[in-house]
Amino acid sequence: MYVAVKGGEAAINNAHRLLADRRRGDRSLPSVTIEQIVEQLGLAVDRVMAEASLYDRALAALAIRQSRGDMIEAIFLLRAYRTTLPRFGSSVPVDTAAMKVERRVSATYKDLPGGQLLGATFDYTHRLLDPSLLTDEAVEEPERRDAPQEHIMRVSDILAHEGLIEADGEFSEDHQAGDLTREPMEFPMSRDLRLQALARGDEGFLLALGYSTQRGYGRNHPFVGEVRIGEVEVEIEVAELGFAVSLGRIRITECQMVNQFKGSSKAPPQFTRGYGLVFGQSERKAMSMSLVDRALRAEELGEDITAPAQDEEFVISHSDNVQATGFVEHLKLPHYVDFQAELALVRKMRADVEAARNAGKDLREAAE
Amino acid sequence: MDLAKQIEPNAEIAARRRAAGLLARATTNELHAAWEKLPAKPEVKPVRGPETGLVMVRGRIGGGGAPFNLGEATVTRATVLLASGTAGHAQALGTAKANVRLAAIFDALWQEAGTRDFVEATLLGPIEARVATEDKQKAEETAATRVDFFTMVRGDD
Repeated sequence: MYVAVKGGEAAINNAHRLLADRRRGDRSLPSVTIEQIVEQLGLAVDRVMAEASLYDRALAALAIRQSRGDMIEAIFLLRAYRTTLPRFGSSVPVDTAAMKVERRVSATYKDLPGGQLLGATFDYTHRLLDPSLLTDEAVEEPERRDAPQEHIMRVSDILAHEGLIEADGEFSEDHQAGDLTREPMEFPMSRDLRLQALARGDEGFLLALGYSTQRGYGRNHPFVGEVRIGEVEVEIEVAELGFAVSLGRIRITECQMVNQFKGSSKAPPQFTRGYGLVFGQSERKAMSMSLVDRALRAEELGEDITAPAQDEEFVISHSDNVQATGFVEHLKLPHYVDFQAELALVRKMRADVEAARNAGKDLREAAE
Repeated sequence: MDLAKQIEPNAEIAARRRAAGLLARATTNELHAAWEKLPAKPEVKPVRGPETGLVMVRGRIGGGGAPFNLGEATVTRATVLLASGTAGHAQALGTAKANVRLAAIFDALWQEAGTRDFVEATLLGPIEARVATEDKQKAEETAATRVDFFTMVRGDD
Protein backbone atom coordinates (compact mmCIF):
# COMPACT_ATOMS: atom_id res chain seq x y z
CA MET A 1 0.00 0.00 0.00
CA TYR A 2 1.42 3.36 -1.04
CA VAL A 3 0.07 6.64 0.27
CA ALA A 4 0.69 9.91 -1.60
CA VAL A 5 2.71 12.36 0.48
CA LYS A 6 3.99 15.85 0.08
CA GLY A 7 6.72 17.70 1.83
CA GLY A 8 10.21 19.00 1.62
CA GLU A 9 9.31 22.67 1.21
CA ALA A 10 11.48 23.82 4.07
CA ALA A 11 14.29 21.54 2.92
CA ILE A 12 14.09 22.93 -0.64
CA ASN A 13 14.07 26.54 0.56
CA ASN A 14 17.04 25.94 2.79
CA ALA A 15 18.86 24.05 0.03
CA HIS A 16 18.46 27.00 -2.32
CA ARG A 17 19.64 29.38 0.38
CA LEU A 18 22.66 27.15 0.88
CA LEU A 19 23.25 27.11 -2.88
CA ALA A 20 23.31 30.93 -2.91
CA ASP A 21 25.83 30.87 -0.09
CA ARG A 22 28.12 28.33 -1.75
CA ARG A 23 27.87 30.21 -5.04
CA ARG A 24 29.08 33.37 -3.34
CA GLY A 25 31.85 31.47 -1.57
CA ASP A 26 34.33 33.15 0.77
CA ARG A 27 32.88 36.61 1.52
CA SER A 28 36.36 38.03 2.14
CA LEU A 29 37.03 37.70 -1.60
CA PRO A 30 35.56 40.16 -4.10
CA SER A 31 32.54 38.94 -6.02
CA VAL A 32 33.18 38.23 -9.73
CA THR A 33 31.40 40.72 -12.01
CA ILE A 34 29.49 40.06 -15.24
CA GLU A 35 31.94 42.32 -17.08
CA GLN A 36 34.87 40.27 -15.74
CA ILE A 37 33.28 37.03 -16.95
CA VAL A 38 32.58 38.54 -20.39
CA GLU A 39 36.13 39.89 -20.71
CA GLN A 40 38.21 37.19 -19.03
CA LEU A 41 36.19 33.99 -19.48
CA GLY A 42 35.01 34.91 -22.97
CA LEU A 43 35.24 31.42 -24.43
CA ALA A 44 33.04 30.01 -21.66
CA VAL A 45 30.55 32.76 -22.51
CA ASP A 46 30.78 31.78 -26.19
CA ARG A 47 30.08 28.13 -25.45
CA VAL A 48 27.01 28.98 -23.39
CA MET A 49 25.67 31.23 -26.16
CA ALA A 50 26.30 28.61 -28.85
CA GLU A 51 24.64 25.71 -27.05
CA ALA A 52 21.83 27.82 -25.61
CA SER A 53 21.31 29.02 -29.18
CA LEU A 54 21.03 32.58 -27.92
CA TYR A 55 23.57 35.29 -28.63
CA ASP A 56 23.84 37.68 -25.70
CA ARG A 57 27.20 37.96 -23.98
CA ALA A 58 25.97 39.66 -20.80
CA LEU A 59 23.12 37.20 -20.21
CA ALA A 60 25.40 34.22 -20.90
CA ALA A 61 27.87 35.60 -18.34
CA LEU A 62 25.05 36.03 -15.83
CA ALA A 63 24.04 32.41 -16.45
CA ILE A 64 27.63 31.23 -15.84
CA ARG A 65 27.78 33.15 -12.59
CA GLN A 66 24.39 31.90 -11.45
CA SER A 67 25.29 28.29 -12.30
CA ARG A 68 28.63 28.48 -10.44
CA GLY A 69 30.39 27.72 -13.72
CA ASP A 70 28.32 24.59 -14.50
CA MET A 71 28.16 25.04 -18.28
CA ILE A 72 25.16 22.86 -19.02
CA GLU A 73 23.22 24.47 -16.16
CA ALA A 74 24.13 27.89 -17.63
CA ILE A 75 23.00 26.77 -21.08
CA PHE A 76 19.73 25.53 -19.54
CA LEU A 77 19.18 28.92 -17.81
CA LEU A 78 19.73 30.84 -21.05
CA ARG A 79 17.46 28.47 -23.02
CA ALA A 80 14.74 28.98 -20.42
CA TYR A 81 15.13 32.75 -20.60
CA ARG A 82 14.81 32.60 -24.38
CA THR A 83 11.34 31.12 -24.13
CA THR A 84 10.10 34.26 -22.34
CA LEU A 85 10.81 36.53 -25.32
CA PRO A 86 8.77 37.13 -28.47
CA ARG A 87 10.51 36.70 -31.81
CA PHE A 88 10.63 39.84 -33.94
CA GLY A 89 11.77 38.11 -37.10
CA SER A 90 14.62 36.41 -38.91
CA SER A 91 17.83 38.06 -40.03
CA VAL A 92 19.09 38.35 -43.55
CA PRO A 93 21.53 35.38 -43.80
CA VAL A 94 24.90 36.54 -42.44
CA ASP A 95 27.64 36.98 -45.03
CA THR A 96 30.75 35.19 -43.79
CA ALA A 97 32.72 36.32 -46.86
CA ALA A 98 32.39 39.89 -45.54
CA MET A 99 33.54 38.89 -42.04
CA LYS A 100 35.87 41.21 -40.09
CA VAL A 101 38.37 38.38 -39.78
CA GLU A 102 40.26 37.96 -36.48
CA ARG A 103 41.66 34.54 -37.30
CA ARG A 104 41.78 32.54 -40.50
CA VAL A 105 43.83 29.45 -41.24
CA SER A 106 43.77 26.93 -44.06
CA ALA A 107 45.34 23.49 -43.93
CA THR A 108 44.97 22.99 -47.70
CA TYR A 109 46.72 26.07 -49.16
CA LYS A 110 49.87 27.63 -47.79
CA ASP A 111 49.68 30.85 -49.80
CA LEU A 112 46.16 32.04 -50.30
CA PRO A 113 44.58 35.47 -50.69
CA GLY A 114 44.39 37.05 -47.25
CA GLY A 115 47.09 34.75 -45.88
CA GLN A 116 47.26 32.55 -42.80
CA LEU A 117 46.15 34.74 -39.90
CA LEU A 118 46.75 33.05 -36.56
CA GLY A 119 44.91 35.58 -34.41
CA ALA A 120 44.55 34.90 -30.69
CA THR A 121 45.13 31.13 -30.63
CA PHE A 122 46.15 28.43 -28.19
CA ASP A 123 47.85 26.64 -31.12
CA TYR A 124 51.65 26.43 -30.80
CA THR A 125 51.53 27.21 -27.09
CA HIS A 126 53.42 24.67 -24.98
CA ARG A 127 50.55 23.94 -22.63
CA LEU A 128 52.72 24.76 -19.65
CA LEU A 129 50.96 26.36 -16.72
CA ASP A 130 51.95 30.01 -16.56
CA PRO A 131 52.87 31.05 -13.00
CA SER A 132 52.68 34.74 -13.99
CA LEU A 133 48.89 34.30 -14.11
CA LEU A 134 48.90 33.44 -10.40
CA THR A 135 49.35 37.14 -9.82
CA ASP A 136 47.99 40.12 -11.65
CA GLU A 137 51.02 41.04 -13.74
CA ALA A 138 50.78 43.67 -16.47
CA VAL A 139 50.17 42.26 -19.95
CA GLU A 140 51.82 43.90 -22.93
CA GLU A 141 49.78 45.40 -25.77
CA PRO A 142 49.53 43.30 -28.94
CA GLU A 143 51.94 43.87 -31.80
CA ARG A 144 50.47 45.70 -34.79
CA ARG A 145 51.24 45.67 -38.46
CA ASP A 146 49.67 47.52 -41.39
CA ALA A 147 46.68 45.55 -42.56
CA PRO A 148 46.46 45.16 -46.35
CA GLN A 149 43.09 45.91 -47.94
CA GLU A 150 42.93 42.40 -49.33
CA HIS A 151 39.75 40.36 -49.67
CA ILE A 152 40.08 37.25 -47.53
CA MET A 153 38.81 34.81 -50.13
CA ARG A 154 36.93 31.67 -49.20
CA VAL A 155 38.94 28.51 -49.82
CA SER A 156 35.86 26.85 -51.31
CA ASP A 157 35.82 29.59 -53.98
CA ILE A 158 39.42 28.79 -54.93
CA LEU A 159 38.63 25.11 -55.55
CA ALA A 160 35.33 26.01 -57.20
CA HIS A 161 37.23 27.77 -60.01
CA GLU A 162 38.62 24.41 -61.05
CA GLY A 163 35.27 22.68 -60.69
CA LEU A 164 36.83 20.13 -58.35
CA ILE A 165 34.53 20.78 -55.43
CA GLU A 166 30.80 20.63 -54.99
CA ALA A 167 28.87 23.89 -54.68
CA ASP A 168 27.57 25.35 -51.41
CA GLY A 169 24.50 23.36 -50.36
CA GLU A 170 21.45 24.49 -52.30
CA PHE A 171 17.77 23.65 -52.06
CA SER A 172 15.03 24.35 -54.58
CA GLU A 173 13.74 27.94 -54.72
CA ASP A 174 10.60 27.24 -52.69
CA HIS A 175 12.42 25.52 -49.80
CA GLN A 176 11.82 27.32 -46.50
CA ALA A 177 14.56 26.93 -43.90
CA GLY A 178 13.14 24.67 -41.19
CA ASP A 179 13.16 25.73 -37.56
CA LEU A 180 13.61 23.20 -34.75
CA THR A 181 12.28 25.66 -32.19
CA ARG A 182 8.94 25.84 -34.01
CA GLU A 183 8.34 22.39 -35.50
CA PRO A 184 8.64 18.93 -33.97
CA MET A 185 11.63 16.89 -35.08
CA GLU A 186 11.05 14.42 -37.86
CA PHE A 187 13.40 12.04 -39.62
CA PRO A 188 14.79 12.00 -42.22
CA MET A 189 15.69 15.64 -41.77
CA SER A 190 16.87 18.17 -44.37
CA ARG A 191 20.42 19.50 -44.08
CA ASP A 192 19.34 22.98 -42.97
CA LEU A 193 17.56 21.53 -39.93
CA ARG A 194 20.51 19.24 -39.16
CA LEU A 195 22.84 22.25 -39.19
CA GLN A 196 20.56 24.12 -36.79
CA ALA A 197 20.60 21.12 -34.45
CA LEU A 198 24.38 20.73 -34.74
CA ALA A 199 25.00 24.46 -34.18
CA ARG A 200 23.31 24.16 -30.77
CA GLY A 201 24.58 20.62 -30.14
CA ASP A 202 26.84 19.67 -27.25
CA GLU A 203 30.48 20.39 -28.04
CA GLY A 204 31.73 17.25 -26.30
CA PHE A 205 29.24 15.00 -28.07
CA LEU A 206 30.07 16.44 -31.50
CA LEU A 207 33.79 16.32 -30.76
CA ALA A 208 33.57 12.62 -29.89
CA LEU A 209 31.54 11.85 -33.02
CA GLY A 210 33.88 13.87 -35.24
CA TYR A 211 36.81 12.02 -33.68
CA SER A 212 35.09 8.68 -34.32
CA THR A 213 34.93 9.43 -38.07
CA GLN A 214 38.68 10.10 -38.06
CA ARG A 215 39.30 6.78 -36.31
CA GLY A 216 37.49 4.86 -39.01
CA TYR A 217 33.84 4.84 -37.96
CA GLY A 218 32.50 6.51 -41.11
CA ARG A 219 35.81 7.82 -42.40
CA ASN A 220 35.50 10.70 -44.87
CA HIS A 221 39.08 11.93 -45.44
CA PRO A 222 38.75 15.49 -44.14
CA PHE A 223 40.97 18.53 -44.65
CA VAL A 224 40.34 21.88 -43.02
CA GLY A 225 39.84 24.00 -46.10
CA GLU A 226 39.44 26.95 -43.81
CA VAL A 227 38.56 28.05 -40.32
CA ARG A 228 37.69 31.69 -39.87
CA ILE A 229 36.65 33.63 -36.78
CA GLY A 230 35.43 37.20 -36.68
CA GLU A 231 32.48 39.55 -36.63
CA VAL A 232 29.64 39.69 -39.12
CA GLU A 233 26.80 42.17 -39.45
CA VAL A 234 23.33 41.01 -38.46
CA GLU A 235 20.74 42.70 -40.64
CA ILE A 236 16.98 42.51 -40.43
CA GLU A 237 14.24 43.74 -42.73
CA VAL A 238 12.31 46.43 -40.87
CA ALA A 239 8.67 46.59 -41.90
CA GLU A 240 8.39 50.25 -40.86
CA LEU A 241 11.26 51.19 -43.17
CA GLY A 242 10.82 48.72 -46.01
CA PHE A 243 14.50 47.72 -46.15
CA ALA A 244 17.14 45.88 -44.13
CA VAL A 245 19.17 47.64 -41.45
CA SER A 246 22.07 46.46 -39.29
CA LEU A 247 21.41 45.49 -35.68
CA GLY A 248 25.11 45.35 -34.89
CA ARG A 249 27.69 42.60 -35.14
CA ILE A 250 28.14 39.15 -33.68
CA ARG A 251 31.29 37.03 -33.52
CA ILE A 252 31.05 33.62 -35.17
CA THR A 253 33.34 30.75 -36.16
CA GLU A 254 33.06 29.09 -39.55
CA CYS A 255 34.70 25.87 -40.71
CA GLN A 256 34.81 24.65 -44.29
CA MET A 257 35.82 21.01 -44.20
CA VAL A 258 36.90 19.58 -47.55
CA ASN A 259 36.43 15.84 -48.00
CA GLN A 260 37.53 13.35 -50.59
CA PHE A 261 34.78 11.74 -52.66
CA LYS A 262 35.38 9.03 -55.22
CA GLY A 263 32.27 9.85 -57.22
CA SER A 264 29.01 8.04 -57.81
CA SER A 265 26.72 7.24 -60.71
CA LYS A 266 25.39 10.81 -60.45
CA ALA A 267 28.51 12.82 -59.59
CA PRO A 268 32.11 12.75 -60.88
CA PRO A 269 35.02 12.34 -58.47
CA GLN A 270 35.38 15.64 -56.62
CA PHE A 271 35.77 17.10 -53.19
CA THR A 272 32.66 17.23 -51.04
CA ARG A 273 32.17 19.43 -48.03
CA GLY A 274 31.08 19.56 -44.44
CA TYR A 275 30.07 22.89 -42.93
CA GLY A 276 30.35 24.27 -39.43
CA LEU A 277 29.04 27.60 -38.14
CA VAL A 278 28.93 28.45 -34.46
CA PHE A 279 28.19 31.50 -32.29
CA GLY A 280 31.30 32.96 -30.72
CA GLN A 281 34.86 31.72 -30.96
CA SER A 282 34.99 27.93 -30.96
CA GLU A 283 36.90 26.24 -33.71
CA ARG A 284 36.80 22.88 -31.92
CA LYS A 285 33.02 22.97 -32.12
CA ALA A 286 32.91 24.35 -35.68
CA MET A 287 35.35 21.68 -36.88
CA SER A 288 33.49 18.87 -35.10
CA MET A 289 30.22 20.16 -36.53
CA SER A 290 31.61 20.14 -40.07
CA LEU A 291 32.91 16.56 -39.67
CA VAL A 292 29.53 15.39 -38.40
CA ASP A 293 27.64 17.39 -41.06
CA ARG A 294 29.68 15.60 -43.74
CA ALA A 295 29.20 12.19 -42.09
CA LEU A 296 25.43 12.74 -41.98
CA ARG A 297 25.40 13.32 -45.73
CA ALA A 298 26.29 9.65 -46.30
CA GLU A 299 22.88 8.77 -47.68
CA GLU A 300 22.74 11.83 -49.97
CA LEU A 301 26.15 10.89 -51.38
CA GLY A 302 25.33 7.20 -51.76
CA GLU A 303 27.74 6.00 -49.07
CA ASP A 304 27.18 2.98 -46.81
CA ILE A 305 25.79 3.93 -43.40
CA THR A 306 27.88 1.86 -41.01
CA ALA A 307 28.88 4.16 -38.18
CA PRO A 308 27.16 6.12 -35.38
CA ALA A 309 28.23 9.52 -36.79
CA GLN A 310 26.36 8.71 -40.04
CA ASP A 311 23.12 7.81 -38.24
CA GLU A 312 21.00 10.95 -38.45
CA GLU A 313 18.37 9.99 -35.91
CA PHE A 314 20.98 8.81 -33.41
CA VAL A 315 23.15 11.93 -33.76
CA ILE A 316 20.45 14.60 -33.85
CA SER A 317 18.29 13.01 -31.14
CA HIS A 318 21.20 12.95 -28.71
CA SER A 319 23.10 16.14 -29.56
CA ASP A 320 21.10 18.51 -27.36
CA ASN A 321 22.65 18.63 -23.90
CA VAL A 322 19.67 20.34 -22.25
CA GLN A 323 17.38 17.51 -23.35
CA ALA A 324 19.99 14.92 -22.43
CA THR A 325 20.67 16.31 -18.98
CA GLY A 326 16.96 16.63 -18.32
CA PHE A 327 16.32 12.98 -19.03
CA VAL A 328 19.43 11.63 -17.32
CA GLU A 329 19.11 13.85 -14.25
CA HIS A 330 15.41 13.26 -13.78
CA LEU A 331 16.37 9.77 -12.57
CA LYS A 332 17.39 11.27 -9.22
CA LEU A 333 13.92 12.70 -8.60
CA PRO A 334 11.47 10.65 -6.51
CA HIS A 335 10.50 7.39 -8.23
CA TYR A 336 9.09 5.89 -5.05
CA VAL A 337 5.92 4.52 -6.67
CA ASP A 338 7.67 3.11 -9.74
CA PHE A 339 10.21 1.45 -7.54
CA GLN A 340 7.57 0.00 -5.18
CA ALA A 341 5.88 -1.55 -8.21
CA GLU A 342 9.17 -3.07 -9.42
CA LEU A 343 9.95 -4.28 -5.92
CA ALA A 344 6.59 -6.04 -5.68
CA LEU A 345 7.17 -7.60 -9.08
CA VAL A 346 10.64 -8.91 -8.20
CA ARG A 347 9.31 -10.31 -4.88
CA LYS A 348 6.54 -12.14 -6.73
CA MET A 349 8.96 -13.55 -9.34
CA ARG A 350 11.28 -14.70 -6.57
CA ALA A 351 8.35 -16.37 -4.69
CA ASP A 352 7.25 -18.15 -7.87
CA VAL A 353 10.76 -19.48 -8.49
CA GLU A 354 11.08 -20.68 -4.91
CA ALA A 355 7.67 -22.33 -4.99
CA ALA A 356 8.66 -24.14 -8.21
CA ARG A 357 11.97 -25.30 -6.72
CA ASN A 358 10.18 -26.66 -3.63
CA ALA A 359 7.84 -28.53 -5.94
CA GLY A 360 10.95 -30.13 -7.55
CA LYS A 361 10.55 -28.53 -10.97
CA ASP A 362 13.43 -27.50 -13.20
CA LEU A 363 14.40 -23.83 -12.70
CA ARG A 364 14.49 -23.02 -16.40
CA GLU A 365 11.05 -24.45 -16.82
CA ALA A 366 9.78 -22.26 -14.00
CA ALA A 367 11.36 -19.17 -15.52
CA GLU A 368 9.47 -19.78 -18.73
CA MET B 1 11.77 54.93 -65.93
CA ASP B 2 13.45 58.17 -65.00
CA LEU B 3 16.97 57.35 -63.85
CA ALA B 4 17.16 60.27 -61.41
CA LYS B 5 14.02 59.10 -59.64
CA GLN B 6 15.52 55.63 -59.27
CA ILE B 7 18.80 56.86 -57.84
CA GLU B 8 17.34 59.39 -55.42
CA PRO B 9 15.34 57.00 -53.24
CA ASN B 10 18.28 54.58 -53.27
CA ALA B 11 20.59 57.30 -51.96
CA GLU B 12 18.04 58.16 -49.26
CA ILE B 13 17.72 54.47 -48.31
CA ALA B 14 21.50 54.10 -48.16
CA ALA B 15 21.71 57.18 -45.89
CA ARG B 16 19.00 55.85 -43.60
CA ARG B 17 20.63 52.41 -43.51
CA ARG B 18 23.93 53.99 -42.52
CA ALA B 19 22.27 56.07 -39.77
CA ALA B 20 20.35 53.06 -38.41
CA GLY B 21 23.49 50.90 -38.46
CA LEU B 22 25.50 53.52 -36.57
CA LEU B 23 22.72 54.11 -34.03
CA ALA B 24 22.68 50.35 -33.39
CA ARG B 25 26.37 50.58 -32.46
CA ALA B 26 26.00 53.63 -30.18
CA THR B 27 27.23 53.26 -26.60
CA THR B 28 25.39 54.58 -23.56
CA ASN B 29 28.00 57.32 -23.15
CA GLU B 30 27.76 58.43 -26.78
CA LEU B 31 23.96 58.66 -26.63
CA HIS B 32 23.93 60.51 -23.32
CA ALA B 33 26.63 62.96 -24.42
CA ALA B 34 24.68 63.80 -27.57
CA TRP B 35 21.45 64.17 -25.59
CA GLU B 36 23.14 66.55 -23.14
CA LYS B 37 24.39 68.69 -26.03
CA LEU B 38 21.00 68.85 -27.69
CA PRO B 39 19.99 72.56 -27.41
CA ALA B 40 16.22 71.96 -27.37
CA LYS B 41 14.99 68.65 -26.02
CA PRO B 42 12.14 67.44 -28.20
CA GLU B 43 8.78 66.36 -26.88
CA VAL B 44 8.66 62.58 -27.37
CA LYS B 45 5.70 60.23 -27.35
CA PRO B 46 6.36 56.49 -27.20
CA VAL B 47 4.69 54.52 -29.99
CA ARG B 48 6.12 51.08 -29.34
CA GLY B 49 8.57 49.79 -26.81
CA PRO B 50 11.34 49.94 -26.00
CA GLU B 51 10.87 46.18 -25.99
CA THR B 52 13.26 43.25 -26.06
CA GLY B 53 12.75 40.18 -28.21
CA LEU B 54 14.61 37.78 -30.41
CA VAL B 55 15.86 37.71 -33.94
CA MET B 56 16.62 34.35 -35.53
CA VAL B 57 20.10 34.71 -37.01
CA ARG B 58 20.44 32.80 -40.25
CA GLY B 59 23.53 31.49 -41.97
CA ARG B 60 24.01 29.84 -45.34
CA ILE B 61 24.97 26.21 -45.93
CA GLY B 62 28.59 26.15 -47.08
CA GLY B 63 28.77 29.93 -46.55
CA GLY B 64 26.85 30.85 -49.70
CA GLY B 65 24.16 28.19 -50.14
CA ALA B 66 20.61 27.83 -48.86
CA PRO B 67 19.74 29.66 -45.62
CA PHE B 68 19.52 27.79 -42.30
CA ASN B 69 18.67 28.92 -38.79
CA LEU B 70 21.85 29.33 -36.76
CA GLY B 71 20.36 30.52 -33.48
CA GLU B 72 18.69 33.53 -31.93
CA ALA B 73 20.04 36.82 -30.61
CA THR B 74 18.47 39.29 -28.23
CA VAL B 75 17.37 42.50 -29.89
CA THR B 76 15.69 45.62 -28.52
CA ARG B 77 13.59 48.00 -30.57
CA ALA B 78 11.70 51.23 -30.03
CA THR B 79 9.52 53.58 -32.03
CA VAL B 80 8.84 57.15 -30.90
CA LEU B 81 6.92 60.09 -32.26
CA LEU B 82 8.15 63.68 -31.99
CA ALA B 83 5.68 66.52 -31.45
CA SER B 84 6.50 67.57 -35.03
CA GLY B 85 4.98 64.29 -36.23
CA THR B 86 8.25 62.62 -37.25
CA ALA B 87 8.49 58.96 -36.25
CA GLY B 88 11.83 57.62 -35.11
CA HIS B 89 12.73 53.96 -35.10
CA ALA B 90 15.72 52.11 -33.68
CA GLN B 91 16.82 48.55 -33.02
CA ALA B 92 20.02 47.05 -31.69
CA LEU B 93 21.36 43.71 -30.53
CA GLY B 94 21.19 43.28 -26.76
CA THR B 95 18.79 44.37 -24.07
CA ALA B 96 19.69 48.05 -23.52
CA LYS B 97 16.20 49.56 -23.60
CA ALA B 98 17.13 53.10 -22.54
CA ASN B 99 19.81 53.26 -25.23
CA VAL B 100 17.47 52.10 -27.98
CA ARG B 101 14.80 54.59 -26.92
CA LEU B 102 17.35 57.40 -27.18
CA ALA B 103 18.54 56.03 -30.53
CA ALA B 104 14.95 56.14 -31.83
CA ILE B 105 14.69 59.80 -30.81
CA PHE B 106 17.93 60.56 -32.62
CA ASP B 107 16.67 58.65 -35.65
CA ALA B 108 13.68 61.01 -35.75
CA LEU B 109 15.88 64.06 -35.24
CA TRP B 110 18.17 62.84 -38.02
CA GLN B 111 15.20 62.76 -40.39
CA GLU B 112 14.32 66.39 -39.67
CA ALA B 113 16.19 68.96 -41.76
CA GLY B 114 16.77 71.26 -38.78
CA THR B 115 18.54 68.71 -36.60
CA ARG B 116 20.16 66.31 -39.09
CA ASP B 117 23.48 68.16 -39.07
CA PHE B 118 23.52 68.18 -35.27
CA VAL B 119 22.93 64.40 -35.12
CA GLU B 120 25.60 63.81 -37.76
CA ALA B 121 28.18 65.99 -36.02
CA THR B 122 27.51 65.05 -32.40
CA LEU B 123 26.54 61.41 -32.67
CA LEU B 124 26.86 59.59 -35.99
CA GLY B 125 30.23 61.11 -36.90
CA PRO B 126 31.89 60.16 -33.60
CA ILE B 127 30.38 56.64 -33.69
CA GLU B 128 31.62 56.14 -37.24
CA ALA B 129 35.09 57.33 -36.26
CA ARG B 130 35.19 55.10 -33.18
CA VAL B 131 34.07 52.01 -35.08
CA ALA B 132 36.63 52.71 -37.82
CA THR B 133 39.40 53.12 -35.22
CA GLU B 134 38.41 49.91 -33.43
CA ASP B 135 38.25 47.98 -36.71
CA LYS B 136 41.62 49.32 -37.82
CA GLN B 137 43.23 48.39 -34.52
CA LYS B 138 41.82 44.85 -34.65
CA ALA B 139 42.82 44.43 -38.28
CA GLU B 140 46.36 45.56 -37.49
CA GLU B 141 46.61 43.27 -34.48
CA THR B 142 45.43 40.36 -36.65
CA ALA B 143 47.81 41.33 -39.48
CA ALA B 144 50.73 41.05 -37.04
CA THR B 145 49.84 37.35 -36.61
CA ARG B 146 50.03 36.65 -40.35
CA VAL B 147 52.45 33.86 -41.18
CA ASP B 148 55.34 34.85 -43.44
CA PHE B 149 56.58 31.65 -45.05
CA PHE B 150 60.16 31.45 -46.24
CA THR B 151 61.95 28.65 -48.01
CA MET B 152 64.64 26.78 -46.11
CA VAL B 153 67.90 26.68 -48.04
CA ARG B 154 69.16 23.13 -48.15
CA GLY B 155 72.63 21.81 -48.98
CA ASP B 156 74.08 25.30 -48.86
CA ASP B 157 77.90 25.18 -48.81
